[in-house]
Amino acid sequence: MLHIRCPWCGDRAEPEFRWGGEVPLARPGPPERVSDQAWAEYLFFRNNPKGWVRERWLHALGCRQWFIVVRNTATHEIRATCRLTDPLAQVEP
Amino acid sequence: MRSPSCQSHATRICDLYSVSTRKRTRTLVRFSAFALARNAVSFHENWPQLWRSPAPQSHYDVLIVGAGGHGLATAYYLAKEHGISKVAVLEKGWLGGGNTGRNTSVVRSNYFYPESAHFYDFSLRLYEGLARELGFNVMLSQRGILTTAHSAHQLELLARWANALQLNGVDGELLDVAEVREWLPLLNPSSSARYPVRGGLLQRRGGIARHDAVAWGYARAADARGVDIIQGCEVLGFIRAGGQVVGVETTRGRIDAPKIGLCVAGHSSVLAAQAGFRLPITSYALQAFVTEPVKPILHCVALSLATGTYLSQSDKGELVVGGGLDLYPSYAQRGNLPTLQSVVAGLLELFPCFSRLRLLRQWAGTVDVVHDSTPIIDKAPVPGLYVNCGWGTGGFKAIPGGGFVFAHLLATDRPHPLAEGFSLRRFATGALIDEAAAAGISH
Repeated sequence: MLHIRCPWCGDRAEPEFRWGGEVPLARPGPPERVSDQAWAEYLFFRNNPKGWVRERWLHALGCRQWFIVVRNTATHEIRATCRLTDPLAQVEP
Repeated sequence: MRSPSCQSHATRICDLYSVSTRKRTRTLVRFSAFALARNAVSFHENWPQLWRSPAPQSHYDVLIVGAGGHGLATAYYLAKEHGISKVAVLEKGWLGGGNTGRNTSVVRSNYFYPESAHFYDFSLRLYEGLARELGFNVMLSQRGILTTAHSAHQLELLARWANALQLNGVDGELLDVAEVREWLPLLNPSSSARYPVRGGLLQRRGGIARHDAVAWGYARAADARGVDIIQGCEVLGFIRAGGQVVGVETTRGRIDAPKIGLCVAGHSSVLAAQAGFRLPITSYALQAFVTEPVKPILHCVALSLATGTYLSQSDKGELVVGGGLDLYPSYAQRGNLPTLQSVVAGLLELFPCFSRLRLLRQWAGTVDVVHDSTPIIDKAPVPGLYVNCGWGTGGFKAIPGGGFVFAHLLATDRPHPLAEGFSLRRFATGALIDEAAAAGISH
């Protein structure tokens, strides 16, 4: 069972949360100048690393805020959590 | 049949005189009642090993990374269908120890779109002849798979699904609630159930097979045709020359090959990153568990659309149960308690009579999930590399078909007609084949 420290609510258990993908994920644009391949990269292609990764998570059954989690996909260890407004440099994976 | 000691001697002579032709096949052990009786005399201590453990050579015509079902089947069909036997299958662990040894062993071909229906039914038809072809009992049991509907909307989904099956020439029958109860009386009979059964879709040719036996059968048959299976050999990186991948660095040294096929399922992104490209996959943990063995009580595979829980009963008597993914990326091969709890809740909703069974073992595989729940069988963006991945939670049923079409791609550099839609290009062109419902992968 994951225990995730929500930046607002503190340590809560896994069922309260929903995973929201790798970050950063930059939307390309403007749309009329984005190639099909670049659009596919944004929509579908992922790093999907085995190891440390920065992710977005939603505290779905709590404060309903999105925040960043630095987690290891091989061990499930969580190294840090921070708000979306916190500088990502502080939480290098 | 020669005794084991004569057999290995003959193999060495064969190597001496056949170096120029690289004919490296050896006599396949035939299992039979006679073989059983003969070996009983020596207390079954003289059965030859089913496959060799050769040292890796420095060069092969084709390398396959991953000795799971897909990798081993690919190697077998390369040798059998295309006469390419200078092949090595590299496995970082032990063969069949990845998802092939962790699945719930369901085989079926009740997919929705024509591309999927034709491919998976081709794979199922290969399963139907597989034990005879490999000379190895894969314990295929086509006991039927019943998918139950629990609402008006799910009934409509099943009707649309049954129509698609019949239009695609795949067996599938729509059952009303009375017919479902007659087929499977064990289902929760209570009118106050949270998800009462309203109807079902039955594919009679679906069922289960022994997952380990599929790996072992393909390994033995591929080895007998000269394929080297190299276990305990992890790929550490790719060697390039002139913009093309020409070999791999491994924990057992450098191995060169002009063509390298990746069959590593959930680890496909890891290998792709070593070669400098990305894939449209996310790796999740898919859990499964077995109960204590009980006397035969469940005669088919049952899957509930309401909860996503599905189960069958093995020949050992254990209920083999699975359900949805743990919905965050993981390579840990174990999954977590919340998902296990909801799968068990789904099990008991469908079959309240199982509430006092004890769970014996729980585990997970690392499954590579694609947005449209359709596999990827294509050349990689890097010349010399080929990928077979994206099977998500449904790779076991596809082992014979996947190996067959991937071998075709590796041998001819052209996609097999059954796999033309499974390309990497579809993500840019929009030609996705959305098998969300029929694949049963909720993500």
